[in-house]
Amino acid sequence: MSATLSLRGVTKRFGGLVAVNAMDFDVMEHEVLGLIGPNGSGKSTTLNLISGALPVTSGAIALRGSPITQLPAQDIARRGIARTFQLVRLLPSMNVLENVMAGAVFGHRQRWGYEAEAVAQTMLEKVGLSGRGHMAVGQLTYIDTKRVELARVLAGEPRVVLLDEWLAGLNPTEMEVGVALIRALRDEGRTIILVEHVMDAIRSLCDRCVVMAAGAKIAEGTPADVLADPEVIRAYLGDDDA
Amino acid sequence: MRLTPTDWRNLALSGMALAFAACLPWLFGSYALSIGVTIAMYTVLATSWALFSGPTHYISLATAAFFGVGTYVTGIGIEHLPYWTLLPIAGVIGAVLAALVGLATLRLSGVYFVIFTLGLAEFIRQVITWAQNVSGTKGIYVLTSITEAHIYWQLLGLAALVYLLGWAIGRSRLGFALRIIGDDEQVARHSGIHTARAKILLFLVPGSVAAITGAILAPRYVYIEPSLAFAPMLSFQVVIMALLGGTGRLWGPLVGVIPFTFLWEGVSITVPNQTTLLLGLSFLVIVYLLPKGFVGLFGTIRRRMGSEGLV
Amino acid sequence: MDIIITGFLLGGTYALIAMGLNLQYGMARIMNLANGEMLVAGGFAAFWFWTAAQVSPLLTVFVVAPVAFAANWLIYLVFLRPLVKRARSRGQLEVDSILTTFGLSFVSVGLMLAVFGGDYFSYSYLSFPVHILGDSYGANRVAAFASAVVICGALWLWLDRSRPGLTIRAIAVSPDSARLVGIDVRKMAALAFALGGAVTATGGALISTFLTLDASTGVMFTLKALIIVIMGGVGDVRGTIVAALALGILETFVATVIDPGLTLAAAYLLFVVILLVRPQGLFGRRSA
Repeated sequence: MSATLSLRGVTKRFGGLVAVNAMDFDVMEHEVLGLIGPNGSGKSTTLNLISGALPVTSGAIALRGSPITQLPAQDIARRGIARTFQLVRLLPSMNVLENVMAGAVFGHRQRWGYEAEAVAQTMLEKVGLSGRGHMAVGQLTYIDTKRVELARVLAGEPRVVLLDEWLAGLNPTEMEVGVALIRALRDEGRTIILVEHVMDAIRSLCDRCVVMAAGAKIAEGTPADVLADPEVIRAYLGDDDA
Repeated sequence: MRLTPTDWRNLALSGMALAFAACLPWLFGSYALSIGVTIAMYTVLATSWALFSGPTHYISLATAAFFGVGTYVTGIGIEHLPYWTLLPIAGVIGAVLAALVGLATLRLSGVYFVIFTLGLAEFIRQVITWAQNVSGTKGIYVLTSITEAHIYWQLLGLAALVYLLGWAIGRSRLGFALRIIGDDEQVARHSGIHTARAKILLFLVPGSVAAITGAILAPRYVYIEPSLAFAPMLSFQVVIMALLGGTGRLWGPLVGVIPFTFLWEGVSITVPNQTTLLLGLSFLVIVYLLPKGFVGLFGTIRRRMGSEGLV
Repeated sequence: MDIIITGFLLGGTYALIAMGLNLQYGMARIMNLANGEMLVAGGFAAFWFWTAAQVSPLLTVFVVAPVAFAANWLIYLVFLRPLVKRARSRGQLEVDSILTTFGLSFVSVGLMLAVFGGDYFSYSYLSFPVHILGDSYGANRVAAFASAVVICGALWLWLDRSRPGLTIRAIAVSPDSARLVGIDVRKMAALAFALGGAVTATGGALISTFLTLDASTGVMFTLKALIIVIMGGVGDVRGTIVAALALGILETFVATVIDPGLTLAAAYLLFVVILLVRPQGLFGRRSA
C-alpha cells in the first residue's frame, strides 16, 4: 500500500538556523501518526511546511504520490490537507455555523448553499455542538472553540487532518472529552497527524509515532517502542538523567 | 439560493425608492437636481468603494485615478464614437487598470496599497499634463446635448446596478470568501481560498464603476483638464463618506453620503477655504467617535434599547 | 556630472526627511501620513524667522527641532496611543493610524491655510553660487546637504552606539521580545515618534532654503518619504540613505532631461518597480 502523505528530505532554514532537518516519513491511509518531541524540536514547523504556511527550503512532500511541495496554502487545502492552529483561530464576525461552513464551502470537497449548511450541521453534531450553530464565537468556552475549529477542518472532508496541539490547554475533564473525540475520528478511519505533548493521549490514540529532536527525526515506531527508546528519553530529559 | 419573502420585500422597497428618486428632475428645481447629481455620484462611488474596502480593510485612494480616466475616455472618445459605447469602454479600461494595480499590490501589506493608490492619480495626472505640453494641446472641450437630468438618470441606473451587484456578491461564494478574508486571512488561505485572486476580482468593481462615473460626468464639466479630472480630494471624500456611513451594510455608504454632501455644500458656501479642515476633522471623528460609521451606531443603539427592554 | 551632484545634494535632504518617517514607521510602528505637514511647518518656521529677524535657517533648526519633538510627543500621546491600546491586531492599528494621520494632515493643512494663506513662500538665503568640480551650485543647497549629513551621521551614531538607540532598534526588530527583556516599549515608541517628527521638521527647515513651499505641498513630501522608506527597507538606516540619494538623482535627471513636471511620476515608477522586484527593500532579507 502506498503512503497517503510522504515527506522526503524536507528541510527548513530560517537564516542560519535549521529548524527542520531532512525529515523523512510516511503516513498511511486511516493511520493516526503522532509527531512528538521536546519544545522547539520543529514539530509545529513541520506541520507548517506540510500545510503550506511556510515555504519548504528543500526536499519533497507528496500527497498520494503527487507533489505538493511548492504549492501555496490554499491549493494544499484544496487537495485535501486541512489543519487546526496551535492557538485556536475562529472567524470572530461569524456565528458557529458559518465558521464551520467556511470549511465546507472552500475545502477539499466544495459545496454551496443548503448542501454546505447540511454538511456543517453534521460536523457540529459530530463534535458535540449540535443546536449551537447560531451562537457567536465569543460566547463559547475554550474547548468549544477548539471543537468549532475541528468541525471547520472536517467540513471540507479532507484526506489528511493536521492537529497542532489540539489537546493543549484543556483541563482534565475536557481532556477526556477531547481524547474521546479524536478517538471517534480515528475509528471513522481518518488519516491524522497529531502534534502533541500529552503522553497519555499519544499512547492511546496513535498507531505510530515520529520523534523529533533539534529539527531531525530521531526515532519512529509504535508509541510503546519509541517512548522506551533511550535516545528519545535522553532527548526529552537531557543527558544527565539518561 | 432562492429568494426569501424578506428579499422580495427589500427588492420592492428599493425599486420604489429608485422610482421616487428618478422623479426628482420633474419635482424640484435645478439646484435640487445639481445636489441630486452630486449625491447620486458619491453614492455610486462610495458604495462601490465599500464593496471592496469593507471586507478587505484595504483603503483605496485610487478613486480619483479611475474617475479621471473615465472622464478622459468620454473627452477623447466623444469625437470619434457614439456616446453609448463610451461607458462600457470606460468600464473595461477602469477594470484593466484596477487589475494591474491589484496584481502589483494586493499581495502586500495595506500600507503599500494606500501609497500606491494615492500616487496613482497624481502619476496619471502628471503624465497626461506632460503629454499635453508635448503635443501642445491644453484641455478638451466636451460639447454634447446631454443635460443634467440625463446625467442624473444615468447615475441612478448605475447606482441600481452597483446595489444589485453588491447584493449578488454578498450571496455568492466570493462574498462569503471575502467575509472570511476580512476576519482572518490565514484561516482563509488554509481553508482553500485564493485570497489574492478574490481581492483582485473584487477590486475590479470600484475600478470600473468609478471610471464609468467619470465618463458619465464628463459632459457636465464641458471643459476637461488634468487637475480637474484627477483632483485627489475626490478619493478622500469617497473614503470619508463610505466610512462615515459604515461599510458593514450595503446601504451604509448612502447614510454617509447624504449628510456629508449637505455639510460639504454648506461649508463650501460659507467658509470656502476650510474644506480641507472639514475633511481632516471628519477623519478624526470617524476614527475616534464612529469607528463603525452610522450603521454601527444604529446597531449599538438598537442593542442598548433591546437590553433595557429585557431589564 | 552636474545632474549627479545636484541630485546628490537634493537626496541628502530627502534622506533626513525619510529618516524621520522611518523612525516613526519602523520603530514606533505608526505610518505617519502627516509627516509632510511637519516638514512644511519646519519650513514655515525657518521662513518666518528669516523674514522677521534675519535668523539663519541653520540656527532656526535648534528651535524647530525641540518644538517639533514636543509637538510630536503630544500628538503621539493624545491621538495615537489610544489607537495602539485599542488595536486588536497590527492590521487594525495600521488602518486606524492611516486614517488618523490623514485626518491630522488635513487639519494641519487647513490650519496653515487659515493662518498663512495659500501663497507660495520662498526667501533667498545663501543664494550665491559655489563651485564644485567645475560646475556651480547654490550655496544654500550645499549648506543644507552638509547639515543633513551631519544630522544623519549623528542620528546613525546615536542609534548604533547609544543605549537608547539600541533599545529603539530592538523595538524595530521585535516589539514582543523587547518587552520581555524589560524595555518600556510604550515609552520608547513615543520617543521614536517624537524624534522622527523633530528630524523631519529639521529637514523641512533645511529644504526651505532652496525649495518653494506652500501649505499644501506636504503630501508630496510624505509620498516621496514613503517611497524612500519602502525602497530602503523599513527600519533600515543605511537603506534609507541610499534610497534617498537614488531618488534625488533620479528626480534631478528627469527634471533636467525630460520635464520638471514629471518628478513625482518618476518617483512613483521607481516605487512600482521596487514593489514588483524587491518588496522587502533594497537591503531587506526576504521574510518567511
